[in-house]
Order: sequence, then C-alpha cells, then structure tokens
Amino acid sequence: MRWLLRKDVLILARSRLLVALLIAYPVAIALLIGFAISRSPSRPRVAIVDETPPGQTVEVGTRRVNVHQYTEHLFSQVQPVNVGTRAQAVAKVKSAQVLAAVVIPPDIATRVSSGTIQAQLELIYNGNALVQSLVQSQLRSALAQANLGFSEQIQQAAAGAIDVLLRGGNLGVLGAPTNLIGLSSIPPLLRHVLARQPPGPDRAALERVAAFADFAARNLRLSKNVLSTVGQPIRIHSVLLHGRRTPLDTFAVVVAVTVSLMFVCILLAAGGVALEREERALARLVRGLVSRETLLAEKGSLAAACGFAVAFAMLAGVSAFVTLEWSRAGLWLLALAFGAVAFGALGVAIGALAREVRAASLLAFLLSLPLAFLALVPAGSVASGLYDATRVISFAFPFKPSLQALDAAVNSSSPALGVSILHLAALTAVFGLLARVGLRGAD
Amino acid sequence: MGALAAPDAVSPVLSVRGVAKRFGELQALRDVSFDAHAGEIVAVVGPNGAGKTTLLSIIAGTQRPSAGEVVGPPRARAQGARVGWVPQQTALYSKLSVAENLRLFARLEKLAEPEPAVQRMLEQTGLLERASDRLERLSGGNRQRVNVAVGLIADPPVLALDEPSASLDPRQRERLWEFICARSRGGTGIVFSTHTLGEAQRFADRVIVLDRGELLFDGPPQAFMRQVDGRGADEAGSLEHALVAFLEQLGR
Repeated sequence: MRWLLRKDVLILARSRLLVALLIAYPVAIALLIGFAISRSPSRPRVAIVDETPPGQTVEVGTRRVNVHQYTEHLFSQVQPVNVGTRAQAVAKVKSAQVLAAVVIPPDIATRVSSGTIQAQLELIYNGNALVQSLVQSQLRSALAQANLGFSEQIQQAAAGAIDVLLRGGNLGVLGAPTNLIGLSSIPPLLRHVLARQPPGPDRAALERVAAFADFAARNLRLSKNVLSTVGQPIRIHSVLLHGRRTPLDTFAVVVAVTVSLMFVCILLAAGGVALEREERALARLVRGLVSRETLLAEKGSLAAACGFAVAFAMLAGVSAFVTLEWSRAGLWLLALAFGAVAFGALGVAIGALAREVRAASLLAFLLSLPLAFLALVPAGSVASGLYDATRVISFAFPFKPSLQALDAAVNSSSPALGVSILHLAALTAVFGLLARVGLRGAD
Repeated sequence: MGALAAPDAVSPVLSVRGVAKRFGELQALRDVSFDAHAGEIVAVVGPNGAGKTTLLSIIAGTQRPSAGEVVGPPRARAQGARVGWVPQQTALYSKLSVAENLRLFARLEKLAEPEPAVQRMLEQTGLLERASDRLERLSGGNRQRVNVAVGLIADPPVLALDEPSASLDPRQRERLWEFICARSRGGTGIVFSTHTLGEAQRFADRVIVLDRGELLFDGPPQAFMRQVDGRGADEAGSLEHALVAFLEQLGR
C-alpha cells in the first residue's frame, strides 16, 4: 500500500489545478453556506413617505405622544429611504431601488386619538413571488414591531395620565389646574370630614361619594395592569428539551466544515479509483500485485487524510472569528476522522461504480449536494411524510451523522458523539462492501 | 525468426489446458489447449471476436477461466509474476515519468533490487535518456515500449502481449520486435495476439488460429500455409491470405 500511496500523492502533487479546485471549491461552497446560515436576514430597504405634519401628536387623555416616535420605531426595523411623496415612493419600488414603500397618512394622529377609527398605513410593493414572500415575512414583521413600540409609548402615556388621576399633582397641560387631588386621596379625606359630620342626609350623601371614590380608585389601579396585559397578553417562556443550545454561528461553522469534508473526501476517493480504471492500470494491479481491498483502502485513506486536513484547517481558521472551545479539540479530531473515513468509503464506492473520472466527479457532485440539503431540512418545515423520507435518506449516507458527530464534538449537542461515530462506522462498512462489489468489473 | 534457442518440448513454460470462458450466453473460448516453451514465440491469430484478447487475459491472470486451467512455470523466486503482461492499450500512469512507472511496478512486484531492474529495462528499451520524462509527453511508440518494459520488469519466464504493435508506425513496430525477439533469444517464452499476420509469419515459431472461441490450428506458420495450400488455396505464400482462405473453406 505504501508504494501506491506514494504514487497517488505524487500524481496529486502534479495535478495542482485539480488540487486547488478540490480545496478551493468546497471551501468556497462551505463558507457561502455557513455565511447564509449564520447571518440573520438583513434589514429590508424601504421607502418611507411621512405625510404627517411636523410635531403632530396623539392625545391620550391629558398626555400627548408625538407621531414622529412611530416613524422612529419603523426606521429602526428597516433600512429607511426617505422620500417626499407617494409618487416618488412608487417610482422607487418600480425601479427596485427599495423592496417596498410605506406611506404614513396625514390623518394618522387624528385616527389614533379618536379611539374609534383605526389608523391605517399604506404598504406598496412589487416583484415576483420571492420578493412578495420576503415582504410578507420581513416587512410585516417590521411593521408589527413598530406598532408594538408605538403602542407601548401610548400605554405609557395612558398609564401616566391614570397615575396623575390616582395620586394627584400637575397634569402638565397648559390651562389645567395645578396641584390636583388624586382619586386615591379622596376617600381618606372624606372619612376625616365624615367623622365631624352629624348624622343626616348630608352625611349619607358624603358616605356614598366616599364609597364611590374608593371603588373608582381601586378600579383605576386595576386598569393600569389591564393596559400592560393588553399590550403583551402572552409572554413566551422557552424550554429546550435536550442537549445544549447550539449557537447559530458555531452550528454554521459545523455545517461549513462538514460540507468541505464531504466534497474533498468523496471527490478525491471517487476520482482516485476511477483514475486507475481510466489509466487502464487497474487490471495490471489486481492481477496479483495488489488486492482489491488494499487498493480501495488506500484510495479511501488518502482521500480521508486530505479531507481531514482541510476540515481541521478550516475549523482552526474559523476559530479566529467564532468562539470555539479548544479544550474539546480531541473530540473534533475524533468526529472529523470518522466522518472522513465514511465519506472516503462513499467516494470509493462511487469511483468503483462510475468507472471514469468525469463520470465519478459528476456523480459525486450530484449525490453530495442533495444529501447536504436534505440533512439540513428542519423538522416541521415540510410535510411529515416527506420529512420521514428525508430522514431515511440522510440516515443511509454519511453527511448527517458526520454533521451530528461534529456538532456534538464542537457544541455538545445531541445525539451523543458515540452514537454518531457508531453510525459512521457502520456506513463505512456498507460503502466499503459496495465498492468491493463495484470493483469486480476489473476482472 | 525470434527463437534461436530450441524449444524445450519436455517442460513447457506455459500450459493452457482445456480453457473455456463464458460471458453469460456468449461462449468466448471453448476447450483451448496448447503449450509454450522457453524462447518460443507463439502468435494467436483469428478474426475479430475469435477470443484472442480473452485468451491472453486468462493467460495473464486478469480473468479467470470458466473451465480449464493455465499452468505457468514454477516460481523460481519469491517475488515477481510468472507471466508478464502487456495489455493492448498502455496501462500506466501518464502523470508519472518513465522511471517512476518502472520503479512503482518493480516495487509492487516486490523485487529484491528494484533500481537495477529499472536501469536494465531503461537500457533495453532504449529509453534511458527519456527516463525522467512523464509518460504523457512520450510518443505512442515510446509509451508502448514502457508498457512492454513494465511487463518484463520482474523478468518473467513468459510474456503475454495483446496486439503489441497495434498503434505503432512501421519504424516503431520494427524496434519493438527487435526488443521482443531479443527477449525471446534470452529464453523468455512469448505469447502474443495480432491482427497483423505479417508479424506472425515473420516472427512467430508457432501460430494458434482461433475462431469463435475454438482452436482451429496449432503449429508453425509454414505448416499452416501448406495445409491451406494443400486444400487448394490460391495464395499460400501469405499467412494473411492463408487465414482468409482457411476460414472461407470452413464456411466462417
């Protein structure tokens, strides 16, 4: 095996373009996937037409909330592009300079202040189904966030007004009386007056007023709580059933590294075996010089070693940007090694069945990409029958167990590393056997 | 003729005994038997589909016979193949140099001293000056010389060549045959298949005529031509014409 290995290393070293492509392409693909997964969706670019007069406010009792605060909330959710008129906004949407436009009408403050007529924004968008879907998912969410923020401002204003009514003080409105008595101060004050009041109709009337004031103060306190409950009726408390929470950025690293490992191992192993056939050297080798098992083991090992080196270098490189626990490096190596060997076994099986390098490379690509995508399909995102099918396919190939093994090694996620390693060992045996059957054609 | 040494009729270096090969429904070889002796050059001839390549592959050990056996010479040493094999198309690594290819196969043959064997083959094939050239940069003729050299690197007592001169020009063909005849003179038994019957007539001590997997004749080329002439063929002076006439007489 030593001499075959040496020969293959020599051939690889002389195929520099191939080696460069084999390393650069998967790394580029892996980085793109990692980037796509780790980046939260960027804020959409939206044209905003604010038709409200400057300084316009929504009146909440005696308090006022500036409409401009709504615009500020909206601006924080999107990449705002200020335009003066609706026509300009439409032009920007049509020319695809912005994803959509939002028109804030001049009567928004009046409608909100009325308490009876709902305020209304105009959302203008265009584009194909993808763009429309993006607007639905991103912009509606941004508007909801802005609504929530603005309604909190109004709630606070309302709560402040109620507080003044309860505790008394200054309303802060021009022309309003100063040092008002609060509703909650009235019952004790009346009780004090009642103590000095002789029985009679006046006392009875005062007792009724005191009872009402007490009742009104208690209910007004309750209304403050009701306001906050209406603002956010249900809070979300998250519970993770098992494992440790995997940060998205480190999971993206794991995906990127596994994709690289898969491409390098499968392509090299498949190409290596197919090359022996293409050079017509296979028949010469297996007529007693090298056993077929040795030949397959050599090709798989070389591919696994190269993939392992590339993947580990990627992990080490990425650790400069994403926090990875180097104390777990031993586990990374274990996961990478088992993954690399399993991918190598799949690669030699492809090479043995494909018979020529171009066919082997094409088959390797055609098989690898869907496997990676299927393994990343989240539960609940597709119909249950389809998801079960993706699980079965992913179970039969090394990508998902490699991903799980590396995720367990890097992030302590479940399933445990040992389970994935056993799975990978079984797949290595199956694909090794398949490769051996495929090489029977050399007879 | 290639063989100066008299063939040893008592102890053949290669015995093909009742070999048959079936590929599904196709019977590629039927009960083929013959011997080859040290220093003897045996040509296997016949039309396309006669079973020549299948027979050579079985002799070389790249295919197993469905029935019968091939008995090679006793192993004189622990290493090296008993039958050297030169496939029809170059079976070497194009990214490796001439010397690297030879060295690789010398090591895979587990030769005790690979380097002297590499040097010897480079000298014998006249490729000493091209030793460091990659195979992909060589002409077809030189590649075929390396192909033959790899088959001979372990100094096997028998060499099986499948249409060795098929892709060569006349000059390259002449040099190849000089080399093969020299090996034969050194005692190596040569079994080769060819469509160029002039080569068989000129270099072979014996011809094996195959058609549809059956061995139809085994003997010296002159004997074959006489046999055909005796049956009334017009041009028995050429092995090629004799073979055509022979097959026509058999209605094939």
